[in-house]
Amino acid sequence: MSLNSVGRPTRPVSDVPGQGFASLTGGRGLLQDEALIFDRNSWDGTGVDLPAPESGADDLAGLVRVEPLRLPGLSEPETVRHYVRLSQKNHAIDLALYPLGSCTMKHNPRLNEKLARLPGFADLHPLAPVSAVQGALDLMDRLAHWLKTLTGMPAVALSPKAGAHGELCGLLAIRAAHAAAGQTRRRLVLTPTSAHGTNPATAAFVGYEVVEIGQTADGRVDLADLAAKLSDEVAAIMVTNPNTCGLFERDILEISRLTHAAGAYFYCDGANFNAIVGRVRPGDLGVDAMHINLHKTFSTPHGGGGPGSGPVVLSEALAPFAPTPWVVHGAEGFRLVEETEAEASQAFGRMTAFHGQMGMYVRAYAYMLSHGADGLRQAAEDAVLNANYIKARLSGVMSAAFPDGPCMHEALFDDHWLEGTGITTLDFAKAMIDEGFHPMTMYFPLVVHGAMLIEPTESESLAELDRFCDALLALAGAALAGDAERFTSAPHLAPLRRLDETLAARKPRLTWRPQEPGVAPAPLAAE
Amino acid sequence: MRYLPLDAADRRHMLGVIGAKGVDDLFADVPAPARLSAPVDLPRHAGEIEVERELSALAARNRPAGAGPFFCGAGAYRHQVPATVDHIIQRSEFLTSYTPYQPEIAQGTLQVLFEFQTQVAALTGMEVANASLYDGSTACAEAVMMARRVTRRRKAVLSGGLHPQYAAVTGTIATAEGMEIARRPAAVDAEADVLAAIDSETACVVVQTPNVFGTVTDVTAIAEAAHAAGALLVVVTTEAVSLGLLKSPGEMGADIAVAEGQSLGVGLNFGGPYVGLFACREKFVRQMPGRLCGETVDAEGRRGFVLTLSTREQHIRREKATSNICTNSGLCALAFSIHMTLLGGTGLRRLAEVNHGRARTLAGALAGVPGLHVLTPRFFNEVAVRVPGSAAALVEDLAGEGILAGVPVSRLDPSAGMDDVLLLAATETTTTGDIDALVAALSRRIR
Repeated sequence: MSLNSVGRPTRPVSDVPGQGFASLTGGRGLLQDEALIFDRNSWDGTGVDLPAPESGADDLAGLVRVEPLRLPGLSEPETVRHYVRLSQKNHAIDLALYPLGSCTMKHNPRLNEKLARLPGFADLHPLAPVSAVQGALDLMDRLAHWLKTLTGMPAVALSPKAGAHGELCGLLAIRAAHAAAGQTRRRLVLTPTSAHGTNPATAAFVGYEVVEIGQTADGRVDLADLAAKLSDEVAAIMVTNPNTCGLFERDILEISRLTHAAGAYFYCDGANFNAIVGRVRPGDLGVDAMHINLHKTFSTPHGGGGPGSGPVVLSEALAPFAPTPWVVHGAEGFRLVEETEAEASQAFGRMTAFHGQMGMYVRAYAYMLSHGADGLRQAAEDAVLNANYIKARLSGVMSAAFPDGPCMHEALFDDHWLEGTGITTLDFAKAMIDEGFHPMTMYFPLVVHGAMLIEPTESESLAELDRFCDALLALAGAALAGDAERFTSAPHLAPLRRLDETLAARKPRLTWRPQEPGVAPAPLAAE
Repeated sequence: MRYLPLDAADRRHMLGVIGAKGVDDLFADVPAPARLSAPVDLPRHAGEIEVERELSALAARNRPAGAGPFFCGAGAYRHQVPATVDHIIQRSEFLTSYTPYQPEIAQGTLQVLFEFQTQVAALTGMEVANASLYDGSTACAEAVMMARRVTRRRKAVLSGGLHPQYAAVTGTIATAEGMEIARRPAAVDAEADVLAAIDSETACVVVQTPNVFGTVTDVTAIAEAAHAAGALLVVVTTEAVSLGLLKSPGEMGADIAVAEGQSLGVGLNFGGPYVGLFACREKFVRQMPGRLCGETVDAEGRRGFVLTLSTREQHIRREKATSNICTNSGLCALAFSIHMTLLGGTGLRRLAEVNHGRARTLAGALAGVPGLHVLTPRFFNEVAVRVPGSAAALVEDLAGEGILAGVPVSRLDPSAGMDDVLLLAATETTTTGDIDALVAALSRRIR
């Protein structure tokens, strides 16, 4: 055996311990188990040094908490370790391809994080005097210019806080426009069966009745069904384009023409704008309103479920109804138009306190400047190219839901190819975890049986795409060869095995509850 | 372009595998009139140097809170966020992950959300909390919509002390759904004014404490009146630090508690992103909006966490969902939770007491300036002050001297008839020197 200068072996002395090896303590190498902060006895601790209060709260007699606030406090090193250990149980786009269709998990440039943390943005109060926030308002104005130019739309409402909030904004503008025109009979919203759940939920939330539009065999809106359902009772259609099957709506111009001829508005769900940015302007398609998920197309980090940002571009017809506030530039610099001003007399209201997701505006604007008009167009092309490459490589084994013609930024497969294997889409997805990949979007869109929706984004190299395709083909081979156990009991190599979601819903335990002293917490047990 | 890994050879190879002649083939479904043949009229790509230069120049034209004496509040508060918080939320595994749809590889995010829900429930004195909403104002609107679902009634009574922008957001969304909003006139200390508006059609009463004028109120009697009429009480808090010291919404009988969580961990960010806290009685849990994280076990019986009760949600229930929410404010919830874990109940109490002490010093100093009148009778860390003349003009004047002297009520609610009222907040970041500078400047201006 060769030894190095301190007498240690330069190679492992034996093979890596194989399956069946158990550590003495239950530890698993670098992967640390981590208790809840409530499971340790840190009820009186704190990890923040504060000065003594200069006076008591005696002037608040009768208004002060009677019961002490029982929340654990950890020292700084314990806190850091707690969250670092937890972090290591997460998949992340920084770790590997994250092919969640419709979610657009692309690279999050760290430059954008750095710039959003400049004190001039991060430590800025939303209601500081307008003279003290000219740079922030200017940035909002520049962002608005980019969004309007990229979409070919004349106006934008920046304030919605996420995609679904943008949908709400768009429908409220449509509602206000119909009300202003005396079109009070319009109570229906048409949306395809393949729509994101947020579309019907939003329409219902503002009091519209939802009517589904059928789909053609090639995964597009059924024009004849749309024409039949359009009437003077329809307020709007909500159509995603490219749609949730990853396909461009070829008849989009006819869809918007029919919609407008019926006196309705065309709301476009812009979740998939990343596929066409720089190559197609929604304004040229007859769109009246479309939200843009800055956390998708313009790469603000998803953060484990937000914050997002969902500005809504609006057509000439809807622009007067945009919610307050918005930025205008006048002789004395930039200012915000608020609801009480004459120029906002038709505004439908307000979506949020203050002015929206400034932290996301900074990141998205930095992303746009970095790419430029040319880079954004290239990003869309690469996203589409990557998806088509995956579709081409996997189609020999897995069944593409719409094999004919190109897809856009995501490739959709169904589960026909798994028939007879005893393996479901869910099982297949869980087995991907063991191979080091996050599963694709499962069982969405609803129009495809056992849907597997794969969105690679433009951030993946050819090598990573091949690694991904090779892994899926290997898994598919195992599935078709009858190795069902690999799938039905997956994942095997994740921090936890498959979780019992039914139990969680049947016996909701949504907060940690203290146990009686000396009594061990009763574990939830599957029945 | 530094963010795009493919090169020309890769693209050629991939087009070959696909069987396409060029990338235009992949966009063949786009109708010809809608195809752009060249990039749109915007600048070309730029390097880090150019981007940083442009953004830094924009940032330099703003006056951050830390640049001098600063007293703005009115729903957004400056607090010292421990450096640990920002370090942890920038970890790749938290920053660049998605909503935890695959729980086996998202236990980090899910355990954080479970801890967050428990912290929020304890802070608000409620039984359950969700995994966050966008911010306090949209949480307020969601609470009103939820009260409608629970009571099947159509009227919401909003107190005159509710943050005017919260009232505007709630009004925008609730009236679209056909609700009637009865908003009481703005008043510094009149939460009880809602009592007269409660009737048998009332779904909920919305009160804020401390209210937008800084006034702290025990709303127990309002809870009792609301319940006697079959209505719910929604308690709003825009300064989460106050929950460390004051009676919790739950202690006072709230059915739904909503709060802006920005004060803990998140920072000012010119108004967003923030984090909405939403908590309620357990019996209403199936009417809650937003994501919920719950405890369960894995196939080997180990404790784990999943998103749960999703049959309330848009991706399952579509038009019958309790809300259209998909994305929430996960990373801000993480920041809130880390800060709360560092503080603990003990530290938050201390922090709240320090804030209150600073505000007492501020209020005392303001009361000593001839011509100023402190209007807020019982405050936590913010007071309303009557000034001679226009509060907005005064604020602009003082900004010229480098002092951000607070938020004029006219900025929030020009119709309130309070153009001469200024809101000033103090927190643990406010120094005695800041207060001295403010008082000196005010004394010079007001004669």
